[in-house]
Amino acid sequence: MTDQSAENPVLIARRPSRLKEIWQGNIGYSFRRNPVAIVSLAVFVIITALALLAPVLAPFDPYDPASIDIMNSEYPPAWVDGSLPGFWLGTDDQGRDLWSTILYGTRLSLMIGLCAVVVQAFLGISIGLISGYVGGRTDSILMRLADIQLSFSTLMVAIIFLALTQALFGSEVFAQYAVFFLIAVIGVAEWPQYARTVRATVLAEKKKEYVDSVRVLGFGPGRIMVRHILPNSLSPIFVISTVQVANAIISEASLSFLGLGMPPSQPSLGSLISAGFDYILSGSWWITVIPGVVLVVLVLVINLLGDWVRDVLNPKLYKG
Amino acid sequence: MSLLSVRDLTVKFSNRGQSVTALNGISFDIARGERVGVVGESGAGKSITGFAMMNLLSRPGYIDGGQVLFEGKDVLKMSAREQRSLRGNRMAMIFQDPMVTLNPVLTIGQQMVETLRAHRKLSHEEARQIATVKLKEVYIPSPEARLDQYPHELSGGMRQRIVIAMALLLDPQLIIADEPTTALDVTIQADIMELLLEMCRSNMVGLMLITHDLGVVSQVTERTLVMYAGRIIEAGKTRSIINDPQHPYTQGLINALPQQTPPGSRLKQIPGSMPSLNAMPSGCPFHPRCPLANDLCRTTMPKVVQYADVEVACHEVQRLQSDLTSEAAQ
Repeated sequence: MTDQSAENPVLIARRPSRLKEIWQGNIGYSFRRNPVAIVSLAVFVIITALALLAPVLAPFDPYDPASIDIMNSEYPPAWVDGSLPGFWLGTDDQGRDLWSTILYGTRLSLMIGLCAVVVQAFLGISIGLISGYVGGRTDSILMRLADIQLSFSTLMVAIIFLALTQALFGSEVFAQYAVFFLIAVIGVAEWPQYARTVRATVLAEKKKEYVDSVRVLGFGPGRIMVRHILPNSLSPIFVISTVQVANAIISEASLSFLGLGMPPSQPSLGSLISAGFDYILSGSWWITVIPGVVLVVLVLVINLLGDWVRDVLNPKLYKG
Repeated sequence: MSLLSVRDLTVKFSNRGQSVTALNGISFDIARGERVGVVGESGAGKSITGFAMMNLLSRPGYIDGGQVLFEGKDVLKMSAREQRSLRGNRMAMIFQDPMVTLNPVLTIGQQMVETLRAHRKLSHEEARQIATVKLKEVYIPSPEARLDQYPHELSGGMRQRIVIAMALLLDPQLIIADEPTTALDVTIQADIMELLLEMCRSNMVGLMLITHDLGVVSQVTERTLVMYAGRIIEAGKTRSIINDPQHPYTQGLINALPQQTPPGSRLKQIPGSMPSLNAMPSGCPFHPRCPLANDLCRTTMPKVVQYADVEVACHEVQRLQSDLTSEAAQ
């Protein structure tokens, strides 16, 4: 055997690490040639890093009432006349430093968006796998459930649910657990997106012979679904995940804007925009506009990245 | 006792409330270490037989009756858990196209180790050791390196060797090979067939070889079943069936081989095609294409009779046989 491997040095050459392989492969190549993807990823990474480092970077803690002085309210950003040094993006209506509040708010928005998508993905992938693999009556029931869920708009479901919980627990308790309620409601409202996509992929995958061959090897349905069919269905899941993160962030912002999301004491981007909206006509445009721009940029880069992921994972574009 | 015996196995497909019969009460046996060929045109029910034996028919197909006795126990009556421990472990199956039978996103090693550990209590390292040994047995060079490769990095012949190694991984008693060489290059077909034969011989493994290549059947198998429209119409020793076929369909199949025709002349083909399952002719299903068909064939299904060295279901053969016996009586 040693002789043979000596004759074939290519065969035993160490395979490069996964990351390096991806960078050198099709995905890396397409990424390096796509300036939109590069810029989007860079912006996304910067926003995420700033948001994650909020406690380090923010000069003030917007959650700490002691550090807020109501007398500082509504100072404009540094490039506008009448600004106060130390608040380069100005302050909001309660005298909080807008820069610090946006950092913390972006962190909340991102976290709610990502966690909600994890909930969606978990529910949707499980239901989609079972629906597609088991088929028959189970499939019909689960898919009709998805249809019913989809026929209510996400916002409507969320508004009803959040309004009810707010009334039920009182706004004090609600404010405390608002993050979890938001994650749960956005997560539950959008699972059919995943379930449908996964089911469609599973239906295609389960007809392939490798599934027959693992059935013949005596594997149970659970293992076949999770270990064999799911890894082969990941591309569409990646694609919708990017879109869904953007959607979830928007949903969260909308709900917070409507006063059903994060309380003003713990503002997310949506509640900041909402809080500033009352002052926009009195000239304090920055309280709404600056978080609004951050939100738009964040959602835009995620969608642009999603576009690129869809192109690069689309088998029709590079396979024969 | 035979390793496997199939009794009156009937498979139906339901289609919009109606059901059509795909396998019509077939019966056969495979002895320990015996190699049996199953031949017939596309749609004769060869692959369905293989899947039905594993009880793995997928909708809309279902088993409507009969028994599949593996070492005396009826597979169709076992619990799901017992069936799973049988599959892969005691009975393995090899499919047509090695390009698609291996999971594209897992390495060869992951797939082999997973299979071993699903059936036996083994550590990861032990399972890898066994996998390496099995790969070496099917003549795969530098097996250690192959374990970390993905299926797409290997050639078709190499992959089919790996599929064979995976089938042999748990030392099964019976391998069902469903056209194992059809998707391969002609030059590799012979190698793979030889490997399969060698593996079955050296490990005393029974083989059910599903194919439409009579050449392969004559090289590899000891017994042959000829299937037509969901029935076994002729069964017997491979040598007898190839050299002296009795059923007009088998005769037609053998006459259709290119070797049977002088160069330059037209190949002798059987006219017509296999009847579709929902338009099965009355009587003998082969009568619309049979050169010897008479009124009896159009109305009655022939019984299986022993004639020469084979069991055959044909009125014409039955008539010949009774003529012979009456001649002998005179």
